[in-house]
Amino acid sequence: MSEWESVIGLEIHAQLATASKIFSGASTAYGAAANTQACAVDLGLPGVLPVLNHEAVRMAIRFGVAIDAIIDHESVFARKNYFYPDLPKGYQISQFENPIVGKGQISISPAEGEIKQIGITRAHLEEDAGKSIHDQFPEQTGIDLNRAGTPLLEIVSEPDLRSAKEAVAYARKIHSLVRYLEICDGNMQEGSFRCDANVSVRRKGDGKLGTRAELKNINSFRFLERGINYEIERQIELIEDGGKVVQETRLYDSERDETRSMRSKEEANDYRYFPDPDLLPVKVSAADIAEIRAALPELPEQKKQRYINALGLSDYNAELLTANRDTALYFEAAFAEGAADAAQAALLANWILGDLTGALNKAVLDINDSPIAAPALVQLVARITDETISGKIAKEVFEAMWQGEGSADDIIEARGLRQITDSGAIASLIDEVIAANPEQVEQFRAGKEKVLGFFVGQVMKQSRGKANPGQVNALLRDKLK
Amino acid sequence: MPMTISDIRRGLVNRQFSSVEITRDYLDRIASHNPVLNCFISVTEDLALQQAATADAVLARGPGELLTGVPLAHKDLFCTDGVKTSCGSRMLDNFIAPYDATVVERIRDAGAVMLGKTNMDEFAMGSSNENSWYGCVANPWNTAHVPGGSSGGSAASVAAGLAPAATGTDTGGSIRQPAALCGVTGIKPTYGRVSRYGMIAFASSLDQGGPIARSAADCALLLQAMAGFDSRDSTSSEIAVDEYSANLEQSIEGLRIGLPKEYFTEGLDSRLASVIETAIDELRKLGAEICEISLPNTGLSIPTYYVVAMAECSSNLSRFDGVRFGHRCADPIDLEDLYKRSRGEGFGAEVKRRILIGTYALSAGYYDAYYLKAQQLRRMIKDDFQKAFDSVDLILGPTTPEVAFKIGAKTDDPVSMYLQDIYTISLNLAGLPGMSLPVGFVDGLPVGMQLIGNYFDEARLLQTAHRYQQVSDWHLQIPEAFS
Repeated sequence: MSEWESVIGLEIHAQLATASKIFSGASTAYGAAANTQACAVDLGLPGVLPVLNHEAVRMAIRFGVAIDAIIDHESVFARKNYFYPDLPKGYQISQFENPIVGKGQISISPAEGEIKQIGITRAHLEEDAGKSIHDQFPEQTGIDLNRAGTPLLEIVSEPDLRSAKEAVAYARKIHSLVRYLEICDGNMQEGSFRCDANVSVRRKGDGKLGTRAELKNINSFRFLERGINYEIERQIELIEDGGKVVQETRLYDSERDETRSMRSKEEANDYRYFPDPDLLPVKVSAADIAEIRAALPELPEQKKQRYINALGLSDYNAELLTANRDTALYFEAAFAEGAADAAQAALLANWILGDLTGALNKAVLDINDSPIAAPALVQLVARITDETISGKIAKEVFEAMWQGEGSADDIIEARGLRQITDSGAIASLIDEVIAANPEQVEQFRAGKEKVLGFFVGQVMKQSRGKANPGQVNALLRDKLK
Repeated sequence: MPMTISDIRRGLVNRQFSSVEITRDYLDRIASHNPVLNCFISVTEDLALQQAATADAVLARGPGELLTGVPLAHKDLFCTDGVKTSCGSRMLDNFIAPYDATVVERIRDAGAVMLGKTNMDEFAMGSSNENSWYGCVANPWNTAHVPGGSSGGSAASVAAGLAPAATGTDTGGSIRQPAALCGVTGIKPTYGRVSRYGMIAFASSLDQGGPIARSAADCALLLQAMAGFDSRDSTSSEIAVDEYSANLEQSIEGLRIGLPKEYFTEGLDSRLASVIETAIDELRKLGAEICEISLPNTGLSIPTYYVVAMAECSSNLSRFDGVRFGHRCADPIDLEDLYKRSRGEGFGAEVKRRILIGTYALSAGYYDAYYLKAQQLRRMIKDDFQKAFDSVDLILGPTTPEVAFKIGAKTDDPVSMYLQDIYTISLNLAGLPGMSLPVGFVDGLPVGMQLIGNYFDEARLLQTAHRYQQVSDWHLQIPEAFS
């Protein structure tokens, strides 16, 4: 066991899924031609003023309610002052004191059977900056302000995370939650969901936090894990070699799998935060909060508990099914149409999390685009529970369904895969196998129990997998006595 | 004798002259006097004549809107679509605004004709108009003296009859002080009464647009067109706008007017004090009840103001970075150089001084001692006024401690310059409405009297000023050289 402990806190920027920007009427749609979605307000022209998009506030409160956070009745926008070419006003409108969402928490499950509560310090609203484009104009930098003014919810965790794995579990949990809440599309490639990680290390038992480095703008869970692990190792090595970690901002370079310094604390800006005089404090009434709470969809944690309690799923499967909203909705579609019952739930969960997820991953498909729709998969599962086919044959049927050969019933019929449950037919197969293998019969009778498996295998082979394995087992024991 | 807005409207509606004719007259007066006075940064002659012709077409069918056919000028910090909007700064010397400020839009919708854009202290920072990139404006009453600031071009153009009225903005006295120094009438409305959209910001929590005109009655007309809620300005008020002209003739019998004893002390030139005493007597004759009140925190208003205003301006002026619009230095070698030289060349000395002080006041370690402290004092100043309004309807005092000083007299002494605003800035801190009207002369230069109202009580201010102007003729005086 290492003598080191790492301490990690995440700042997640979730782009809110509003149709227009947080302080202007310009569209937030992704991918438009440069500067076509930047109005006078986004350009920071002289004389323009911001007007708050209340939909962004409602979305932030949805998040706050979902993590049981304290939501103050008055929240204030502040200016964060610094110069950068893609920051049109020379300040970013953000929140400093009095953020919209205060202290809350969320539980994560970094490994099977492990549950950990992670504190959330705050979540505040702010506007995104534009983009600097360095590779399109020789010796010049282009500025695209389409993204300027896009609403962001910055979610700041407590330094409660102790490993890269926990950090990823936490980030995934937040990612899942914002999608459940329909406040963020979660698209990491387009930058709708980005993470900054504050990483420090200390010797186990040390009460004081070590000096931290901040890893900026990580846009995939894989890079988050690798970046943090690299950083932890770098810091430990540095200290063990007699060096000191300096407080700085670092960039994770995914191509080289390393982090490197962007700027030190000395070079850091003094942001000179002060309340933005152009915007009034946001007032949130208890009634507003109650209304938003009442309109919340079923959240992952609630779904998980329902799957466990009402459907008898294992904790682990319930966690996995609910981690992704679309997967949960796929699972639920089976029940909504009355196709499945609670008895089939566990089996269905296994099929979704096992074969279906495997096939989808291999084909790089989203579950919403699955060639096998939920009712079709339920039919397959039903044929297993009513013993029409065995689990093994079901895999063959699944493969055929994936290839578009029709429904489970059609395929079973067409390929003659119906399970053999006629004891007479099974008995004659067994007789043949016993007659062909006298040596093994002797071994079994001499007490070598393991040989039973050999006989089961032979009988199943003879039946081309269609014999009912339970029946085969029972009949074999009888005949071998 | 220069005409009021009401005179012009009467003449237009009665077909005594057309809008094109009256506009032409003003353009001619601008052409002959602007070289001396330097009131205008831009004269929009073609646009004015075009708008006047449109107004005449409307007038041919009927009286039109509130201001149809009346030529007016805008302070050059209101954005005007397609017209240079310089804010008195080299930084924006090349800036053609791509949109209209709400005030500009409303005044145009009310039928007015725009003569041009008036000179001002750079980014509205100054009390003398000496801080303009386009040079100082001369006071029409004595061209060796300043017109006041920052709306000096607007006030001087009205005083000299180069425009019947003009818009101004007031952050610490920038409408009232130049109105006082030029012998015209100006009102700074309650914070939130007039939209700030398109008004280039100096200090957002203090800035407010308003009219400068020859009379309270004209201010009422122009403010009527300017005021009202604007969804593009979150700080604009939804409270309904009064009918300002409708109340003007009502008696002020029984009106309780308070004189803050802190305003009539040794800081005030005694000759101004006696001119104001005479005006107070007139109000007494009109039935007003005069009493003494106290605004104990008056002395705190200047330091409070200069922390708040400079902190806000240091942030507001960050957008002028040479990247997207405005002045950009030649051949920048890198980003740092682009910022430093563009801002270094684009801004004048007073603007730089204020950005530096404001940046300092907001810096880590100083925020609590300056910005936060100033916010606390601001509340105390506001409370002073609220307490006073428990017992009086209006507060009255001087607008300035002295009459217009000579150009150059205070340029080396910023603190003495800042003290020019001692009576005006506390209203901006409190967000209250105030107006200045002419009440006499000292050394041949006009003296302004300030009336301060409770929130959204502009109608009462205008009514009181109007009643005074019915029994006095100070507002009808014009400098001989421009008669």
